[in-house]
Amino acid sequence: MQLIECPNCGPREEVEFSYGGQAHVPYPTEPTELSDEEWAHYVFFRDNTRGDLAERWCHSAGCRRWFNAVRDTVSYRFRAIYRLDEPKPVTS
Amino acid sequence: MSTTTQATSAAPFRTSAGGRIDRSRTLEFTFGGQTLSGHPGDTLASALLASGRHQVATSIKLGRPRGVGAAWAEDPSSLVQVEEPFPEPMLLASTVELYDGLVADGLPGQGRLADLADSARYDARHLHVDVLVVGAGPAGLQAALTASRAGARVALVDEQSEAGGALLGTGEEVDGGPAVAWVEAAVAELAADPEVTHLQRTTVFGVYDDGFALAVERRTDHLGLEAPEHLSRQRVWRVRSRRTVVATGAHERPVVFTDNDRPGTMLAGSARTFLHRYGVLAGERAVVFTTNDSAYLTATELADAGVDVTVVDTRAQVPPSWQVACASRGIVVRTGSVVSGTRGEQRVTHALVGPRPEGGVTAPGAAVADVVEREDLPCDLLLVSGGWNPAVHLYSQARGQLRFDEALGAFLPAQQLPDLAVAGSAAGTFDLPGCLRQGQEAALAALAGVGVEVGEPAPLPQTAAPAPVSAPDLMWVVPAVDGDTTRQFVDLQRDATVADVQRAVGAGLRSPEHVKRYTTIGTAHDQGKTSGIVTSGLLGELLGSGPQDVGTTTFRPPYTPVAFATLAGRSRGSLFDPERTTAVHDWHVAHGAQWEDVGQWKRPRHYPQAGEDMEAAVLRECAAVRGGVGILDGSTLGKIDVQGADAGELLDRLYTNLMSSLKVGRVRYGVMCGPDGMVLDDGVVLRLAQDRWMVMTTTGGAAKVLEWMEEWLQTEWPHLRVHLASVTEQWAAFPVVGPRSRDVVGAVFPGVDVSNDAFGFMTWQETTLDDVPVRLARISFSGELAWEVHVGSWYAAEVWERLVAAGQPYGITPYGTETMHVLRAEKGYPIIGQDTDGTVTPQDLGMNWVVSKKKADFVGKRSFARAENARPDRKQLVGLLPTDRETVLPEGSQVVDVAAGEELPAPPVPMVGHVTSSYRSAYLERPFALALLKGGRERVGETVVLPVAGRLVTAEVTSPVLVDPEGARRDG
Repeated sequence: MQLIECPNCGPREEVEFSYGGQAHVPYPTEPTELSDEEWAHYVFFRDNTRGDLAERWCHSAGCRRWFNAVRDTVSYRFRAIYRLDEPKPVTS
Repeated sequence: MSTTTQATSAAPFRTSAGGRIDRSRTLEFTFGGQTLSGHPGDTLASALLASGRHQVATSIKLGRPRGVGAAWAEDPSSLVQVEEPFPEPMLLASTVELYDGLVADGLPGQGRLADLADSARYDARHLHVDVLVVGAGPAGLQAALTASRAGARVALVDEQSEAGGALLGTGEEVDGGPAVAWVEAAVAELAADPEVTHLQRTTVFGVYDDGFALAVERRTDHLGLEAPEHLSRQRVWRVRSRRTVVATGAHERPVVFTDNDRPGTMLAGSARTFLHRYGVLAGERAVVFTTNDSAYLTATELADAGVDVTVVDTRAQVPPSWQVACASRGIVVRTGSVVSGTRGEQRVTHALVGPRPEGGVTAPGAAVADVVEREDLPCDLLLVSGGWNPAVHLYSQARGQLRFDEALGAFLPAQQLPDLAVAGSAAGTFDLPGCLRQGQEAALAALAGVGVEVGEPAPLPQTAAPAPVSAPDLMWVVPAVDGDTTRQFVDLQRDATVADVQRAVGAGLRSPEHVKRYTTIGTAHDQGKTSGIVTSGLLGELLGSGPQDVGTTTFRPPYTPVAFATLAGRSRGSLFDPERTTAVHDWHVAHGAQWEDVGQWKRPRHYPQAGEDMEAAVLRECAAVRGGVGILDGSTLGKIDVQGADAGELLDRLYTNLMSSLKVGRVRYGVMCGPDGMVLDDGVVLRLAQDRWMVMTTTGGAAKVLEWMEEWLQTEWPHLRVHLASVTEQWAAFPVVGPRSRDVVGAVFPGVDVSNDAFGFMTWQETTLDDVPVRLARISFSGELAWEVHVGSWYAAEVWERLVAAGQPYGITPYGTETMHVLRAEKGYPIIGQDTDGTVTPQDLGMNWVVSKKKADFVGKRSFARAENARPDRKQLVGLLPTDRETVLPEGSQVVDVAAGEELPAPPVPMVGHVTSSYRSAYLERPFALALLKGGRERVGETVVLPVAGRLVTAEVTSPVLVDPEGARRDG
């Protein structure tokens, strides 16, 4: 049972959190101008990183706020936790 | 002879004094139908051995007699079933504490679960500490003392009935007195520290991430029939520690030889424990078969206690430090020798002793060793020591790497982990002063790691210098004299032998993980505590490498078995999952509602009258609604209060249709889709004010929709000024439905003009009832004239009663979810999640009208333009009318691509659709169904075929709207 550092509540058990997939995949500003393939990349395609991956998390059983985190997909260690409007920190 | 001793005493093998048992009290117990006695402090195994009984069980596949193999959890063979006070299978006689009235039986490898409900309670506790110390032997006690003295918050957890670990069974000295006196003083000191939690009879069975450990505490098992009812029987401790010290000791390992499973064969150190801790002589005439010095302690101490001892040492010379001790006691030591077999049936009678053969185990088919000279030594006890294995289970669970130590012939922790240190014999340090020192060092490192200031630590207790140790021999298996390895048991619990491992290697298996699965070695009750290392060693010999190349299998929790009831704790029965009930629940109960669980909600499914089954009740309820008036408890529908200047903008972006244009006082139906264009949820939206909306969701979708809205609001559009709150529980909602609903609502709310002109469809109005605010809305999920009555939950039961009372003249009929489903299906209204499955668009549902053409964008819009979503053969929602007017198509039935009148071809049969909803309709007087059918809207009027229960049923494809397609009933 990993501890995850909620930026608002502090360390809490992982069962309190929900996973939101890869971070920094913004909703396209003009979806109609995208080709089917470009749109499909937004909807369906995500990185399958071995190592540090920027992800979205929500403290769904706590403050219910979303935040971003960089997590090592090999060790599961959280390398950085940051606000949604902050750029991805350099971790490696 | 033992027969003469047995005649004189009930416990002929009990020593006259000593041990940690209370000889002033006698406990009676029954084993295998035989009444025996023991003392407080005994285990079932020690009491059986005291009475001279070695055979406990029979083996799982071969039915061979099996006895007590060890004094604690590493015992692979003494499987018992406790019958009283409550049946529990698969326990070890070696770990069951004796109590008065215990009734137990030996097991033939498998137990029986109780066929009555367990009345005991189970519980869980949380504990947060600086330092968790696992094991209260010398290393663990010293670690806990060191941490406690530094002021840290400490947990000391040990699985036995009392602290002391190996010291309880060795008779060693500390600070010039008995070691147990030092243990008692240490325990007393820890008890005086309020920051220390000391748990005995508690097994840390798993360590996980970030200092999380799970332990099971056996609170009342040892009390038997006297267990107080107010105590939970067992409880799980959920420990979160900043640093962990693992001081879990070591397990002795056997050497495998032919017929090594006869009762009376046990690990050498265990006989020492039985002697010192329980005051039991495990036999009168012992052969001690060893590869190392440690068994000499057992040999000499047993000899001192009057046992006739012969030592068989695989090594060429008696260790110099033990020559005098053995000679002075008349112990014969046969050096360079092995035990290659045994004789005896229920009990070992002879050890077959011969010279140590050259070479090791051979691959199957290879030439066997020459038959060597053997001598059959009479004995009633055969003690075996192949060396010691550190109990590295918890370290290994924490992903610590192991290394093979050639000198010890054992796998050791390769290094200390950042948050977890190993100390004492768990780290391969077997002498007492070394264990004490390592315990202190591990604690000091842990304290430094958590930033606790430590002054000069108190000096370590004084202990005798350890005897010099001669190099141990390494021998896993004594080659079978006749080459027959089928009676050389590696895993006694699985009856798995050297022959099985040879066969695995012969089949090409190399990894111990594969050999484990192939042979089942290590998969039983003890999870390979003694057999795992032997398998690695044997495998190394067979493969011509060594244990260091073979490695071990993965150590996984739990360390020892944990009952599911314990893990479940209080999460059983009604506490397993919360049950949510509406404000009108008691009324439903009083009126005989049958229930449907919708998520956590209890919803009335139907209200059967005397003699009615569900079908009859639902037909009656449906007819009553369409013919008069019915009332439904719809309080479970999700309700989200959406407030803020940009609330309309948020709804516009998330719903497929335009919501911001809705006028205050009006209601609109809407559908939400994912970015992929698939329907997520649907429901109506009420505009309460310029900046306030009430979003209604499906019962099951309430939490999901709120999270969905929050996600977009927080992550994509944080600039939108909107607040979201769930008000599902605050508002009750009662649809009053049917042509006479106007009369009922008008009677209860006389101040409201319920005419069509004053109160139109898809509008809402606020009113009061005895000063209680009530919201009325013209919404229909049945196609009938209907009002939804919304009221605060506190007043809901009263309002429900008044509506029912006012409906009496019109025969108002309460109806449940089943009738609701039939009525909506007759109108072709889909239920999201029943008629859809995440691959269905609004267009597939025939709801183009709910998709805005005006809005520049909304979530899902771009996907509607994908080529995939324009395919003419997409599955579309249609109605199906079985042509026999009788068959209720089972939901999930497949529509197959077979012409009516033809036989079903050989599989695979092309499937073109499936039934999503299916009911008997009172209004249509026939069964009907909704289905998703490829290109369905183009096929209206055609006949399709569905296999149902071995026959082919034909059905006519129709529009999904089967009742009142022109919408004439909506306004009454």
